[in-house]
Amino acid sequence: MRGAPVGLLALAAASLAAATPGVAQQRASPRAVIVASKPFGESYLLAEMFAQILEARGFRVDRRPGLGATEIAFRALRSGAIDVYPEYTGTGLLAILGEAPNPDPGSVFAKVSREFRDRWGIRWLPPLGFQNTYAIAVRRETATRLRLATLSDLARVGSTLRAGLTADFIGRADGLPGLSKAYSLRFRSVQALLPAVKYQALAAGKVDVIDGYSTDGLIARYDLVVLRDDRGFFPPYEAAALVGPELQRQPGALVALSELSGRLSETQMRTLNRRVEVDREPADRVAVSALADLGLVGSKAPARVEAAGRGEGVLSYLWERRANIFALTLRHLLLVGVSLGAAVVAAVPLGLGLERMRSGAEPAIRAVGVIQTLPGIALLAFMIPLLGIGVVPALVALFLYSLYPILRNTYTGVRDAAPEAVGAASALGMTPAQVLRYVRLPLAAPVIMAGIRTSAVLNVGTATLAAFIGAGGLGDPIAAGLALSDTRMILSGALPAALLALAVDAVLGACERVVTA
Amino acid sequence: MPADVTLSASKLWKRYGTVVALDGISLDVRRGECVALIGESGSGKTTLLRCFNRMTDPDSGRVLVDGEDVATIDPIALRRRVGYVPQDGGLLPHWRIGRNVSLVPWLRGMPDQDERGMRALQLVGLEPADFATRKPRELSGGQRQRVAVARALAADPDVILLDEPFGALDAITRADLQETFVRLRRELRFTALLVTHDLHEAMHLADRIAVMRQGRIEQTGAPAELRDTPATDYVHHLLERARVTA
Repeated sequence: MRGAPVGLLALAAASLAAATPGVAQQRASPRAVIVASKPFGESYLLAEMFAQILEARGFRVDRRPGLGATEIAFRALRSGAIDVYPEYTGTGLLAILGEAPNPDPGSVFAKVSREFRDRWGIRWLPPLGFQNTYAIAVRRETATRLRLATLSDLARVGSTLRAGLTADFIGRADGLPGLSKAYSLRFRSVQALLPAVKYQALAAGKVDVIDGYSTDGLIARYDLVVLRDDRGFFPPYEAAALVGPELQRQPGALVALSELSGRLSETQMRTLNRRVEVDREPADRVAVSALADLGLVGSKAPARVEAAGRGEGVLSYLWERRANIFALTLRHLLLVGVSLGAAVVAAVPLGLGLERMRSGAEPAIRAVGVIQTLPGIALLAFMIPLLGIGVVPALVALFLYSLYPILRNTYTGVRDAAPEAVGAASALGMTPAQVLRYVRLPLAAPVIMAGIRTSAVLNVGTATLAAFIGAGGLGDPIAAGLALSDTRMILSGALPAALLALAVDAVLGACERVVTA
Repeated sequence: MPADVTLSASKLWKRYGTVVALDGISLDVRRGECVALIGESGSGKTTLLRCFNRMTDPDSGRVLVDGEDVATIDPIALRRRVGYVPQDGGLLPHWRIGRNVSLVPWLRGMPDQDERGMRALQLVGLEPADFATRKPRELSGGQRQRVAVARALAADPDVILLDEPFGALDAITRADLQETFVRLRRELRFTALLVTHDLHEAMHLADRIAVMRQGRIEQTGAPAELRDTPATDYVHHLLERARVTA
């Protein structure tokens, strides 16, 4: 029995490596250009356009869409785990450099270009042409009833309205704090909402005011009214390709990406976003037609087109994507299997060892428990400077998350295993090792297995977060679905993940019956 | 020391923190003899018993088993040649009865370990065909305690240590097991040290009784001797309480 988990682990690791061309090829030369995005519709679309134009100019591309958020994507770029992703100059100025807002787009671009080059050797390519800024939106009915057209109007009635804002917006100097000061604006209440749910919350009347982006396709979808920034508080943000040091050594790639510079107007972008976010066209297909319309890539450009499938039910949506879902499930299972297997191999012996020393055990186990309290996304973000993005940091994070239940149950199970049987066994001449092997361990097996099952189920859920650092798995459609506010897409990741959790638990339950029979 | 002394303790001291468990105690058990240690909880009787298989090591004093100083013997090897029956049976709940009773022969690497286990079951009155493949939880408390006795006997030890072996059983089952124990002693002639808090049991099973109190022996003597001439008020009181009087 002892050899089995290790063998299984090796097998799983091997298949995972095989299923991860990006990891295997990263050291080959010339390596694929790694194109990433942040998890919202426009970022997906721009990254897909970057990828397609690079492919059309003869570069091999590895796509890592939907990385956590600014913090994760930028750390990944800095550490060389990705080569390029679309970013906004204002975000660079405020969120990354921590500077004060500046209303002039030209000087913002000059500032971030200089600072990013000097500090990190990272380059902003010339902006894509459109500006995107925060937009404060209300329902049309609210705007009509309260006669709202501008943010000054909103300030008049703000104390009667409930705001649902992204956490990002609530915290940033150029978000709610600055806005409140500039307009003397107070809301009746402020609730932090995920981008994915804020539109639905507004449409359903759960909140009255939300923040969005001026190029958001969803503003049109929900027929919202954007209030004019009559005091010019929100600085305009220009979108541009942010390029890491590695890719800068390939001038051809910079030239290819620069072909998009200055080519996308705000109107065009809103239309394209609308196709992705409202009409539910796949981002890669929208990118193909956008590049063709711009005359940059022939319409026969290589596209991995999926059926759009408008208006179909969840089940037929899932059925249509079964091959993709199956591949994602397999990937997910491998992430869970490898990290959980490693956690078992580490935590069970550790629990046995701690049981022997007793006195230091509780503090040690509690220390491991602290890992459990770290938010998943934060742990993943910590991993990036050390391990980059992709499968390896995800496995390490999932491994760390899996330790505690296994460790705690092993320790408790072995400590409390039938004391009278343990006493008799040693009084009749079993060595301590024999007592462990033949008495304590078998009697603790159900408790240890319960710990492993707890870890496994938690792990299947946590592994969906791995999508935010580009490790793939069932988190991919969840992250993308959250970004695009597409419930079916979310379900195409969440349902298989739930079934997988049940299946893993059932399989481990069967193992438990075999082990403890 | 006379040649026929199997168990010998001399001047044992044992302290747990501020509590004195053994207060310079000495005791000899002759070959084939059964000595009962009787006393209240905390009188040190279990501690003394455990010194003979080194489950406890005294702070000072000397313990001999078959003339050998146990401090010089590997405790594992010592335990494998001294039988032991705990109060709660202490059977391994995940092992079948057959494997439980063959435990010590297996630990000692005896080639006929299975036969020894089956013979021991037979000795305590359990038919191997009926019991060997069952798990401890399928047995009654009395049957489990019989298995515990069989397990202690399976490797044919010269000495058996019993720690309140029948204390948790109902009166009828206890009487049955006591009869079995008397018969086994007659047939096998092993040396036994028996811890009990039941004076009737001690008088029924033991050749000699040692009354313990606060880590010392108040009186040692044959049951009749104890009954007829209690050496201290404490012993007298003990007899009265158990309604054993001359």
